[in-house]
Amino acid sequence: MRDLLRSGTGGGFVPPSSSDFELPPIFGDNAYTTKPIFLVFFSVILISVFFILASRKAAVVPSKLQFAGESVYGFVRNELAKDVIGHDFLRFVPYLFTLFTFILVNNVFGIVPLLQFPTMSRISFPYVLALTVYLVFHYVGIRKQGALKYFKEIMFMPGVPKAAYILITPLEILTFFVVRPLTLALRLFANMFAGHLLLLVFILGGEHLLQGVIGLKLISPFAFAVGIVLTFFEFMVQVLQAYIFTLLAALYIAGALADEH
Amino acid sequence: MQFLNLAAEEKLNPLIPHTAEIVVGVIAFTLLYLTLRKFVTPMFEKAFTERTNAIQGGIERAEKAQLEAQRALAQYTEQLAKAQAEAQVLREDARVQGAAIIDDLRTKAQEEAARITATAHASIEAERQQAITSLRTEVGALAVELASKIVGESLDDAARQSRVVDRFLEDLEKSK
Repeated sequence: MRDLLRSGTGGGFVPPSSSDFELPPIFGDNAYTTKPIFLVFFSVILISVFFILASRKAAVVPSKLQFAGESVYGFVRNELAKDVIGHDFLRFVPYLFTLFTFILVNNVFGIVPLLQFPTMSRISFPYVLALTVYLVFHYVGIRKQGALKYFKEIMFMPGVPKAAYILITPLEILTFFVVRPLTLALRLFANMFAGHLLLLVFILGGEHLLQGVIGLKLISPFAFAVGIVLTFFEFMVQVLQAYIFTLLAALYIAGALADEH
Repeated sequence: MQFLNLAAEEKLNPLIPHTAEIVVGVIAFTLLYLTLRKFVTPMFEKAFTERTNAIQGGIERAEKAQLEAQRALAQYTEQLAKAQAEAQVLREDARVQGAAIIDDLRTKAQEEAARITATAHASIEAERQQAITSLRTEVGALAVELASKIVGESLDDAARQSRVVDRFLEDLEKSK
């Protein structure tokens, strides 16, 4: 296939790679002016403006805008915070709500025409978010149970035979302090990264095929069609990943709040 | 910065974070969190609370109204039953009284009738006696006069005359 492409264009098809995610600064060589960074700030403004407008009136009978905002808020509040954390969930709602909307909007940027870059495919942002989860759930656990009891229960799970601690204690420490935040960040990052790469393959591939001989030009629409189908699929993944990230954050907080792990 | 420079030369490990992005990520997330917590979530919570209150208030009002209606219905039913019982008593009284009045009137009428009958009897008897007396006198006188005219015998003597008449009448009655 690649030989065919090469022969067709003479130039050769360069498959999309991780270097496609390394976007150059827009202004000079200021690292703070890259596209992902603008997108992140844009998402903050977008989310803030939308929800401030939606919640401004706080009417008993909501307008369409308020209803839309309330639906998202109610989803995070009831399906995630209330159902998972249970008692005393209300103080975590702003945090979980921010997490969900921030991830969702930045993910969906990946398929929004013109923007078309999922910010969360830049590992730094998932790292930051996972770090906040990490800090929040350990902080909550320490506040609730006291540092000593909290760490003791992580390391020496109650109700387990003493001999088993040899195996369980290192695993638990690894889970709570390394695996949880890392998987949280990597899951989000990898989904967005892979999804965007997949779209790039089909869209750029289709574009490249158009420059080939007539036979290849005929194949090109199929590549675009697959690209469009994958775009819808991506949308699903983007929403799902925002949900999963928030759900896991809520679960970790709930675990830290619970008396026994 | 350092990573970006590297990126230009060589494919980067995408798992290595960029300093600028970390900084921006922290700032952006914090900013969004503070904004949403300050302006958005309290308003949504307020709306939720107000809505819950409105619904609960509505339900409570409806329950109260229903209770009130039930109470009123019970009251009306009770009043109706009482009124019916009262009417029953009144009807019974009226019936008894009516019967008593009729009885009374009947008795009175019977008494009156009896009285009238008695009076009539008495008056008839008196008249009859009177008639008898008068007849006796007149018939006697007529008879005597007739007899005296026929016999030519004067029966002046009153005592005798009356004796003769009585005897005659007794004979008359006996022969009857």
